[in-house]
Amino acid sequence: MKTPAELAARREAAKAKLSPPDRPRVLVGMATCGLAAGAGPVYDTLKEELGDAVILTGCVGVCRFEPLVEVIMPGKPKVTYVSMTPEKAKRVVAEHIKGGAPVAEYEIGEDGEAFFAGQFRVALRNCGVINPEDIDEYIAADGYEALAGALSGRSPADIISTVLNSGLRGRGGAGFPTGRKWQFAKDAPGDEKYIVCNADEGDPGAFMDRSVLEGDPHSVLEAMALAGYAVGSSQGYIYVRAEYPTAVARLNTAIAQAKELRLLGQSIMGSSFSFDLEIRLGAGAFVCGEETALLTSIEGNRGEPRPRPPFPAVKGLFGKPTLLNNVETYANIPWLLTKGADALNSVGTATSKGTKVFALGGKITGTGLVEVPMGTTLREVIEVIGGGCPGGKRFKAAQTGGPSGGCIPASHIDTPIDYESLSAIGSMMGSGGLIVMDEDNCMVDIAKYFLDFTVDESCGKCSPCRIGTKRLYQLLEKITHGRGTERDLELLEELCGHLQQNSLCALGQTAPNPVLSTLRHFRDEYVAHVRDKKCPAHVCKSLVSYSIIPSACKGCTLCARVCPAGAITGAPKEPHVINSQECIKCGACFDKCKFSAIVKE
Amino acid sequence: MADTVNLKINSVPVSVPPGTTVLEAARQIGVEIPTLCYMKDISEIGACRICVVDVKGARTHVASCVYPVAEGMEVRTHTPDIIRSRTRTLELILSNHRMDCLTCLRNQNCELQKLAADFGIQETRFPSDAHEPQIEDSAVHLVRDNSKCVLCRRCSAVCKHNQSVGVIGPAARGFDTHIACAYGRDLGEVACVSCGQCITVCPTGALTESCQTDEVWSALADPKKHVVVGVAPSIRVTLGECFGLPVGANVEGQMVSALRLLGFNGVFDIDAAADLTIMEEGTEFMKRLTGGGPLPLITSCSPGWVRFCEQYFPEFLPNVSSCKSPQQMFGALMKTYYAEKYNLAPEDVFVVGIMPCTAKKYEIRRGDWAVEGLPDVDVALTTRELSRMISRAGIMFRSLPSSAFDAAFGVASGAGLIFGATGGVMEAALRTVSSLAEGKPPASLDFTEVRGTAGVKEASYTIRGRSVRVAACSGLANARKVLQSVKDGSARYDFIEIMCCPGGCVGGGGQPVQPQSLKNFSDLRALRAAALYKSDADMPLRLSHESPLIKQLYREFLQKPGSPEAHKILHTHIEKGEAV
Amino acid sequence: MPNTVTVVPFQGTQEQEKELLEAIEAHAGRPGAAMPVLQKAQAIYGYLPEEALARISAGLGLTMSELYGIVSFYAQFSVNPKGRHQVSVCLGTACYVRGAAAILAAVEDGLGCKAGSVSPDGKFSIDATRCIGACGLAPVIIIDGDVYGRLTPDDIPGILKKYTED
Repeated sequence: MKTPAELAARREAAKAKLSPPDRPRVLVGMATCGLAAGAGPVYDTLKEELGDAVILTGCVGVCRFEPLVEVIMPGKPKVTYVSMTPEKAKRVVAEHIKGGAPVAEYEIGEDGEAFFAGQFRVALRNCGVINPEDIDEYIAADGYEALAGALSGRSPADIISTVLNSGLRGRGGAGFPTGRKWQFAKDAPGDEKYIVCNADEGDPGAFMDRSVLEGDPHSVLEAMALAGYAVGSSQGYIYVRAEYPTAVARLNTAIAQAKELRLLGQSIMGSSFSFDLEIRLGAGAFVCGEETALLTSIEGNRGEPRPRPPFPAVKGLFGKPTLLNNVETYANIPWLLTKGADALNSVGTATSKGTKVFALGGKITGTGLVEVPMGTTLREVIEVIGGGCPGGKRFKAAQTGGPSGGCIPASHIDTPIDYESLSAIGSMMGSGGLIVMDEDNCMVDIAKYFLDFTVDESCGKCSPCRIGTKRLYQLLEKITHGRGTERDLELLEELCGHLQQNSLCALGQTAPNPVLSTLRHFRDEYVAHVRDKKCPAHVCKSLVSYSIIPSACKGCTLCARVCPAGAITGAPKEPHVINSQECIKCGACFDKCKFSAIVKE
Repeated sequence: MADTVNLKINSVPVSVPPGTTVLEAARQIGVEIPTLCYMKDISEIGACRICVVDVKGARTHVASCVYPVAEGMEVRTHTPDIIRSRTRTLELILSNHRMDCLTCLRNQNCELQKLAADFGIQETRFPSDAHEPQIEDSAVHLVRDNSKCVLCRRCSAVCKHNQSVGVIGPAARGFDTHIACAYGRDLGEVACVSCGQCITVCPTGALTESCQTDEVWSALADPKKHVVVGVAPSIRVTLGECFGLPVGANVEGQMVSALRLLGFNGVFDIDAAADLTIMEEGTEFMKRLTGGGPLPLITSCSPGWVRFCEQYFPEFLPNVSSCKSPQQMFGALMKTYYAEKYNLAPEDVFVVGIMPCTAKKYEIRRGDWAVEGLPDVDVALTTRELSRMISRAGIMFRSLPSSAFDAAFGVASGAGLIFGATGGVMEAALRTVSSLAEGKPPASLDFTEVRGTAGVKEASYTIRGRSVRVAACSGLANARKVLQSVKDGSARYDFIEIMCCPGGCVGGGGQPVQPQSLKNFSDLRALRAAALYKSDADMPLRLSHESPLIKQLYREFLQKPGSPEAHKILHTHIEKGEAV
Repeated sequence: MPNTVTVVPFQGTQEQEKELLEAIEAHAGRPGAAMPVLQKAQAIYGYLPEEALARISAGLGLTMSELYGIVSFYAQFSVNPKGRHQVSVCLGTACYVRGAAAILAAVEDGLGCKAGSVSPDGKFSIDATRCIGACGLAPVIIIDGDVYGRLTPDDIPGILKKYTED
């Protein structure tokens, strides 16, 4: 690729690939969740039957229906097949592709359509649409057009002001205005600067970045090159979790392809601008998602955060000015630079522009990945797009922001999703994990779960976080074991405030959020644990007791046989009895009883 | 950039240069913000969070030790909220600290204990873990106990930053973080040089010297033993600190009285052995200079350095002087010359060295002793251990009268005295070498080029018409740089003095432990060294070769410098690198 | 504490050492070399033996304790070999709220060892991992790269059986 014009020519040629006039285009979702659900054999079967018409693609978002296959016949609308198997695939080939009649019973139903209806895709625009392993498909989808524009004379200042005017804010958690970050990095004195991509998505229950990297890696590469052009850097690093092998492989493929076409590397598209990229693998440390820890890790050290200032924009990687954004933020960049600041700015709320990707998980029917305009209410995401809690259970709370975020109770379900509204109710936007909980989840237990996580993932450098998170966990453990007092609740709150104010980095400062938000919205559950020694959701084993209702027990002996502690006695055909002294509260009897004769309270 | 930044601390206006930290600026208005992890210029990691302050507009409290001042900044250093924060952080640290203060070597000299007292902590309300001791005493010179460690990382910082040794460091993460050697090995198994610098920076009792005072008490109580003690040059300017005297007070006279009160049969000055070292090493140097090397000659007084050389730069071992250290020369003479002269069986002479150094505990076990089967020195005590003996004996140190060393080994020159500071050995050697080479002492006996606490000092002098390039360096990180430059040919020297500890023996790992807050803003080593140079300047005898004791030793026993007899007693014979 | 001390004798081969030295040479002098070299070393040996760290220490000019500090910081590095079959139980939030704790207990029961350790016969190692990104299939486990999703504790014995019988 020696000139931007060559790219334009190649784009025209490539467009035929995306909508071939003379043959079907069959897409198989082959991101991690698709592969885990068995997309591999489906792909192989289709490939055998149809050859090059079969394209692998990234995650389209509806995880619960994986493996997913989309069939586009020339001139016809797309048909989406769900929960595919090799056998089903054969039938689709025979009846639909060869026979012309879609197999209605495998098609995605109304639920699936509702899932897509409320979405607006910017960061995920190409996920599930193009083949991430074929650079031509990205080029066909207007890929590298923004970069070509920049190298054809668009000034760095213009690029930065477009980013600034778009209102884009960091999608990794804190929501700092991206354009300002770019400006800082540009203004920082220094000949050598670095562009870094934070792809260390460690929030348990979040997979937005992984989906982008697996489904549309070039958009990140292009954005980083644009950032390099804008701030004056010729070297970038992508710090990606080693736990994402598929993402790493697709990034490597993408980088190699881009270098081959001179869209990365020395004198890109024949210009004087050079930009190279290196992938660095994380090694399993959540704290490396914190920007200074990430840089410390790339430098080859323990991933411990360092105090700010100096901020990375001034003194970052290897002591040089460094611009650091996360995957989703970068994925917005080529789109907004091509479409203009207003394209993004016109979506969202007054202070939160554009869209946000969420990974819906937990007790929700429509588990998956969604991208919605900022300002969409939680209710819309959970009830309309996600289809509510499965099994008719009552929605209790949604957790956003992972270990740094908080739980939002059902009473706040009409909160619009934007940076300010979420922090006002004690949670945060976070990177996009959205975990739904129903009436069967104990909120004290959830707080304990997150603290267990932070205790494990605290780097151990500063005393408040290293010791304080452990003490918080121990207090919660005491409470869930029925040994807590009301004074412990005060101590818990006091310690939470201390960590927020005094920890070195954001991990420690936000670690108390799961506790504080549950204390704020579900204090009655805490009180039930410490005062009444009851766990209202029947989750905390020490506070649960099992007993048999004599009138309902048929004496089938099943419970006595499954009890691992030998705590259940009784003659056949006679009502059985649980010896509460010996019961270890494993719940095996409760699960097995066919007559609902065992009660948990 | 503006020359000064104006800010307000506790409403008081302050002007400081850009780049100053809030902690440094606060000192200017007379507020010392407490710290646990901060070591100025060595380890500035903002980890302990004791030094937090309130900066107007900041989202959270900030660590003043690493927070740079900014124009118009408004800082508050002791609001109720800040005091509460420090108190809670301390509570948290204490909840994970084995509090056996009364039975801890650092009782009453513990930075954590002082903070706990300052903040009036009377209970730790948070859950606490069962604290079992985690004693690790595999190394001869120190004892580690991670159950008292507060993870300030000062130890690993000095080990890496000052000494370029880096055998200990933070391992694991989160609550499990602890200071360890690689693969959890014991310190005795790794390439530790025994310098003890880590001990002198530890705020608590997690790192202490292995205490050997009991062995000395037993010897003193043993009627069969003739117990002699030799005191290294630097001890007289540091021991006073243990008794509340200002840094740099010279307490030679009281020290001698105290040792006598403790019951030593002979109280001697190792400065005299230092003079002897100059005679032997000076001779060795002239021989190498005129006889074709190998050069540079490198001093061998500092056992931490010798061990460093063996483990990290074995290619330089032929350059290291064959002379024993002054301590070992002293011990060797006690068990030969002295025993003979006073009709004592060598095995009944019990030699104690009072040393600024923990590596000396290792040095005395290296073998290569003057009398077969008998160590030259039986016990090497640190300054700290001696101070504990004096306290335990109820000796009223500060009101003791002054007295002089025993004459049998008590006359020494100022040249021997300045061995206690970096550059001192070099200066002492230059005084004697140039005097002997030129047939008369130089016009000035002050070789100021090699004085001072700079890590590396270089100079060149003309001796017998030949230009001689010398260097004196202290701190092993500096030694590493110098050796590297010799190795790659970017520097050439004829004579190098290397002292393991920064500042030389006045900064030794066995010296009194002063709080880091003091060390951050005052150069203890310079104050201690100044006291040595002042005494030297005041002394009539400032040349080793003019010492009557030295003349007598050669006349009666050693014949002449470098003689076979001198070699037998005063030089090492084992191949370096093969020692225990 | 798990994963701090190596408990197996070193049995590295010359080929492995050659490969390691090549990796060291390829990275030496480049900024931030430690992590990629350690990752390569772990790929070569299956864990990070002290002998390999000694080579890396010499080659990159980092002390053993610095390297060990890095190794012991990151969950992915191990100073002991893993089992022949690696079982990862996802404890991400989505899996947790859907009962991953019971899945982990079933795996531990089935293999007779705890998360973070190797089974007595050396055949299996169990890791409790953070989110692997298969939240749609929660709760999930991965054995040697194969993902098993939407599990209940009752599914575990049958799945493990496939691997115990080889």
